[in-house]
Amino acid sequence: MRTLTFANRNAKEILRDPLNLFFGLGFPLVLILLLSAIQANIPVALFEIQHLTPGVTVFGLAFMTLFSATIIAKDRGSSLLQRLYTTPMTPMDFILGYTLPILPISVAQCLICYVAAVFLGLPVTVHILSAVVCILPVSLLYISLGLLCGSVFTDKQVGGICGALLTNLSAWLSGVWFDLNLVGGTFKRIAYALPFVHAVDMERAALAGDFGGIFPHLWWVLGYAAVLLGLAVLCFLRQMKKQ
Amino acid sequence: MDAIRTENLTKVYKDTVAVDSLNLSVRRGELFSLLGVNGAGKTTTIKMLSCLTRPTSGDAFLHGKSICKDAAAVKSIIAVSPQETAVALGLSVEENLRLMGGVYGFTKEKQAEKIAELTELLGLETVIKKKAGKLSGGWQRRLSIAMALIGEPEILFLDEPTLGLDVLARSDLWDLIRSLKGTVTIILTTHYMEEAEALSDRIAIMKDGRLLICDTADKIKETAGADTFEQAFIHIVKGVAK
Repeated sequence: MRTLTFANRNAKEILRDPLNLFFGLGFPLVLILLLSAIQANIPVALFEIQHLTPGVTVFGLAFMTLFSATIIAKDRGSSLLQRLYTTPMTPMDFILGYTLPILPISVAQCLICYVAAVFLGLPVTVHILSAVVCILPVSLLYISLGLLCGSVFTDKQVGGICGALLTNLSAWLSGVWFDLNLVGGTFKRIAYALPFVHAVDMERAALAGDFGGIFPHLWWVLGYAAVLLGLAVLCFLRQMKKQ
Repeated sequence: MDAIRTENLTKVYKDTVAVDSLNLSVRRGELFSLLGVNGAGKTTTIKMLSCLTRPTSGDAFLHGKSICKDAAAVKSIIAVSPQETAVALGLSVEENLRLMGGVYGFTKEKQAEKIAELTELLGLETVIKKKAGKLSGGWQRRLSIAMALIGEPEILFLDEPTLGLDVLARSDLWDLIRSLKGTVTIILTTHYMEEAEALSDRIAIMKDGRLLICDTADKIKETAGADTFEQAFIHIVKGVAK
């Protein structure tokens, strides 16, 4: 009850901001439309709709990191969180309350991208559903990263770190915008030591119906999500005690 | 039975003793004010009593429940209206109240009942559908207090509730606080001498984390040999009480 009440408040705060709606739901759509238009004129294998869409659905989740980080950081900067700390709410209520509302937003973002992709020529298969299901662990990864940043940084710092730095890092190191094999070497090794490219490869495998191809990447994504969520909980508890 | 009893309550931050062996008791239903200049230890005391920060040593008992050993039980009987206005700015007044009702585990029916009751008590009818972020400072303070009251607390902490308000808004809030007297134990911190004198049953004056005096406003004036409460406060804090 407490968790759901708090989650409901967080969902309202996120969805009532028109900028959040644009960047969360609209921007990935714009990317798909724009890159498909470019693809129509200058064909590149990487931007074929069946390759592009899974990448964009993962890249779009960088905004979920920004949402979760911003709402926590803003709450920490205000007295609202201090008030809530003096109520019977437990640390788990807080963590779940920040996490739960962003999961359906992530799924909605993913669905919008796939619906647009279908209109742009993506064949309608059951594998689209697999890809949507696979977005859940990836969402958890990105939300956890946001929870961690929001528990450590101020709302102004979050804007720079999650809004610019993390968005760029997750873009360059994900293999969405260029083939990592073209760069190769240390860059590729670093990319594959991080979870972003694994998330994209997992989504591509799910959409292609290659279920065996999902699993090595799923463990990377889940592993990183678990570690980041653990760190986020620790940092949140630490700043709670600092009150 | 005391609503609050502190036993050598102490908080040390690195080299600074914020609260030093505080011993005081507050009776049930009493409006008790904590006064002191900046850094006196008022807010730290409230933070410890409301389980926001753990004491370095000592303990406090709220309705017999220890803040160190039974924080969850303490949290179920208290509410805090913090120094800054602690409201969710993106939510309406009603949604803010629903948020707090839900946090205390109330059913939808009970939430509606409490919201109706508090809307009438605090005169929130005209702003109930407005976003909290669009309200004036005075209305936000009212909402903040309503959010503290919705959980039916037995002890209410009001940290500088009238800070930054104009004369009329302050007068309205005084009336509201007076109307709560007797039904809930209120701990008020304030910088305004006239506020403490007008509202409180008893007043504690703190300096450098220590309790200097704790009595009624009249007794404090008598002890200090001063005509006004403000003079008495200055005499006591400067250590020149007769």
